[in-house]
Amino acid sequence: MAASTDMLEREATLQGLGTSRLRKEDARFIRGKGTYIDDIKLPGMLFGAMVRSPYAHARIKSINKDKALAVPGVVAVLVADDLKPVKLDWMPTLGSDVQAVLADEKVCFQLQEVAMVIATDRYAASDGADMVEVDYEELPVLVDPHKAMDADAPIIREDIADKDEVGHGKRTHPNHIFTWEAGDKDATDSVFANAEVTVKEEILNPRVHPCPMETCGCVASFDKVTGQLTVYITSQAPHLVRTVVAMLSGIPESKIRIIGGDIGGGFGNKVPIYPGYVVAIVASIVTGVPIKWIESRIDNISTTGFARDYHGIGELAADKDGRIKALRFTALADHGAFNSHVSATKLPAGLFSICTGSYDIPTAYCRVDAVYTNKAPGGVAYRCSLRVTEAVYLIERMMDVLAQKLSIDKAEIRRRNFVNADKFPYSTSLGWTLDSGDYHTALEKVLQAVDYEGLRKEQAEKRAKGELMGIGLCTFTEIVGAGPTKVCDILGIGLFDSCDIRVNPTGSAIARLGTMSQGQGHATTYAQIIATELGLSSEEIQIEEGDTDKAPYGAGTWGSRSTPVAGAAAAMAARKIRAKAQAIAAHLLEVGEGDLEWEIDRFNVKGNPAQSKTMKEIALAAHTGDLPDGMEQGLDATEYYDPPNMTFPFGAYVCVVDIDRFTGETKVRRFYALDDCGTRINPMIIEGQIHGGLTEAFAVAFGQAIPFDENGNHLGNSLMDYFLPTAVETPHWETDHTVTPSPHHPIGAKGVAESPHVGGIPCFSNAVVDAFAHLGVTHMDMPHTAFRVWQQCKALGINTR
Amino acid sequence: MAKKQTVSFTLNGTQVDVVVEPRELLIHSLREKLQHTGPHIGCETSHCGACTVDIDGMSVKSCTVLTVQCQDAEVLTIEGFEQGGELHALQEGFTQEHGLQCGYCTPGMITRAYRLLKENPSPSEEEIRYWMAGNLCRCTGYQNIVKAVQYAANKLSSASA
Repeated sequence: MAASTDMLEREATLQGLGTSRLRKEDARFIRGKGTYIDDIKLPGMLFGAMVRSPYAHARIKSINKDKALAVPGVVAVLVADDLKPVKLDWMPTLGSDVQAVLADEKVCFQLQEVAMVIATDRYAASDGADMVEVDYEELPVLVDPHKAMDADAPIIREDIADKDEVGHGKRTHPNHIFTWEAGDKDATDSVFANAEVTVKEEILNPRVHPCPMETCGCVASFDKVTGQLTVYITSQAPHLVRTVVAMLSGIPESKIRIIGGDIGGGFGNKVPIYPGYVVAIVASIVTGVPIKWIESRIDNISTTGFARDYHGIGELAADKDGRIKALRFTALADHGAFNSHVSATKLPAGLFSICTGSYDIPTAYCRVDAVYTNKAPGGVAYRCSLRVTEAVYLIERMMDVLAQKLSIDKAEIRRRNFVNADKFPYSTSLGWTLDSGDYHTALEKVLQAVDYEGLRKEQAEKRAKGELMGIGLCTFTEIVGAGPTKVCDILGIGLFDSCDIRVNPTGSAIARLGTMSQGQGHATTYAQIIATELGLSSEEIQIEEGDTDKAPYGAGTWGSRSTPVAGAAAAMAARKIRAKAQAIAAHLLEVGEGDLEWEIDRFNVKGNPAQSKTMKEIALAAHTGDLPDGMEQGLDATEYYDPPNMTFPFGAYVCVVDIDRFTGETKVRRFYALDDCGTRINPMIIEGQIHGGLTEAFAVAFGQAIPFDENGNHLGNSLMDYFLPTAVETPHWETDHTVTPSPHHPIGAKGVAESPHVGGIPCFSNAVVDAFAHLGVTHMDMPHTAFRVWQQCKALGINTR
Repeated sequence: MAKKQTVSFTLNGTQVDVVVEPRELLIHSLREKLQHTGPHIGCETSHCGACTVDIDGMSVKSCTVLTVQCQDAEVLTIEGFEQGGELHALQEGFTQEHGLQCGYCTPGMITRAYRLLKENPSPSEEEIRYWMAGNLCRCTGYQNIVKAVQYAANKLSSASA
């Protein structure tokens, strides 16, 4: 039966799943009424300013606070020794290591936290920080991770020098953190030894920084009378922060309240726990007044949450027709001075083993060796799940390298190796089960949309004239939605997520979740999921996250886990409510539950739709005495959702670039991105996420890098040096989609925000390298700045007229 | 510490007085003394534009202007855009075209776009991108910001036609 006008109208009223509903968050942001961390102002609040090390490696001989304490407005100066009585001088990291909260006896990276000056306002705090006198004795500096495990390498971590492991298996050198591997090494070696064709390339993912517009910060407020600690914080994972603070401080977790508020972008930078937060908490405990600490931009880029720094080697073995027989990827990972890499406990190299990509590769082996250097600690996932960009970059670059070696077209080599649509769920040789996919359809749709054949023809003509035009392809598979608790935990906490829904008597509802939006539009999209499940208008469904006193426990928003995990929890909690509503409807209509059928916003009696109860009517009834025998009042439900599997969004991207061989400038002529994130909740928000992710991919591919000199000095940590694209450089994005729902997710959704970053970076690189492919170039490391590309032109002798 | 001074200026149409050290930056006076937390601090080096305000008919990054320079000035911030409960066309455009995500750059973006449309009421896409290049956004990729400005330009020009 065709849907009636009435049904279509009722459906439209819900503004549920699949509608481009405008964002609920915008009302405050367009008026300047957001509440970001630096907007929090509490009575009596003091400011903390950090004193940081000018050296990358040095012993602290003495610290003199006297002059700082004499500065008007300065209240206190905290150093490591002041944190020791409360046992907060060292803290656990999310990577199973420990990190000095304030440098204890020595500094291990430039701008490491040495002291915090507490003062009545930010100017006085800054004045005070300038007056703290620290006497350093410089030590030899280790910058190059390739030299980290040399016999004569300076030992960076004396505190753990005698430990033969730091949470992830045996160490072989004081600067060694872990060696992690997956797959079958012997079988892989044997395939390589007998292969018709092998290719090998060194491929770097340089050190970069997520650099959200808002830096990190917090306001810590300890009430000495009640023993209650409230921390307003820029955290993507407020509940994990609460647990860590409880573990660290000994304050009962029930007396700790973490509040996320509005967050000005995260992109992975706001997952870890930073020394600034901890010192602010200690300072509030010591002084009994609220303490605000706000990071400067230079501190942000220099010290909190860098990403990547993976020095990879990719190898593929194939037959003469380009069918891949084996994959061998290794990476040397520079984690800086402390292993504060964000990873699940059992996955020290994150999800790097997704590196078999979208391809049917029978045999594979990968290994990651992580080392300490005198650089800022970290290894966060910059707009991707844990180490997924690194993995996808390697496989997508290597597909092109193999294609070039065999003179097979770069689209064709992908076609020949894709996992076929009829093979899902597909188990990879490195142990993942890809939930669903249709890679051939996605690729063909994109090739047709951009007239791939025509582009290749044009490229051949340009090459004949000596011009450089590149066509980049990327057909990636992501892994997101961490994750099943049997494989994913952080500090012992499983990475489930949660949703608590309460329906009010008048049919409006409030839902609270364990995630934390940083711009993703959760207040809009979660309400759409619930609206469709419950038949209540999304306009009347309030979403709250980020306040640990209100929301149920969850692991936060990172690794595109909100939709796959908390979004699933929202649907499941709503279904519990609908089941109860059905029982109530049956009672009210005096029929059996099985006699009812759901229709948009109501239960109808089968065969007699005139007899029905709307969800709104049921909501009111749930708060009366007219209920089935033994049923409690209320229409609430909570779901803790432990996903059965990760989700595997995919996409097919094409990028066309024109390169000026005289200047090295690359112009992105066209970028066409087809994404398949399963069921689409809000197309407008999806498109927005893709635009943003592609722009961050563009930034990484064409300009971002955090360089150091041989003494460990930063050579670019302000926005003058660190590349954030403006509206002028940023290309125009074309978007498209296919829909292949996840079979294990309640609504079939997979998560989308990170795909464009993960898939975009190799697509750009593939386009740039493709421009030089006819000249024998197989790889160029990022960033593809004009200077570096010009250097390539110069090396080839094509830069002169 | 230098002697504090009283500075008087017009903030979104209202006369205000603020007592500051000579070194105090306008962004800090606005945010901490005058409770106007709409303009944000993103870099303190005038690169990101999150702190953009309009002073005497010019876009200014308020993290690099001293409050004492604002004596008798006319200052407009994001808080001054909504008039009589009516959103400005730019505020409406940013919502309608999904021109914002985390919202941190938005007040600066809208304030900068306001100045653009005052100077050039019907800018091309290229002109919008050029004019907005001093305001960084990490979330949107600018495409919908361009559309938001075009939305406002269209709305304002049809209103004045």
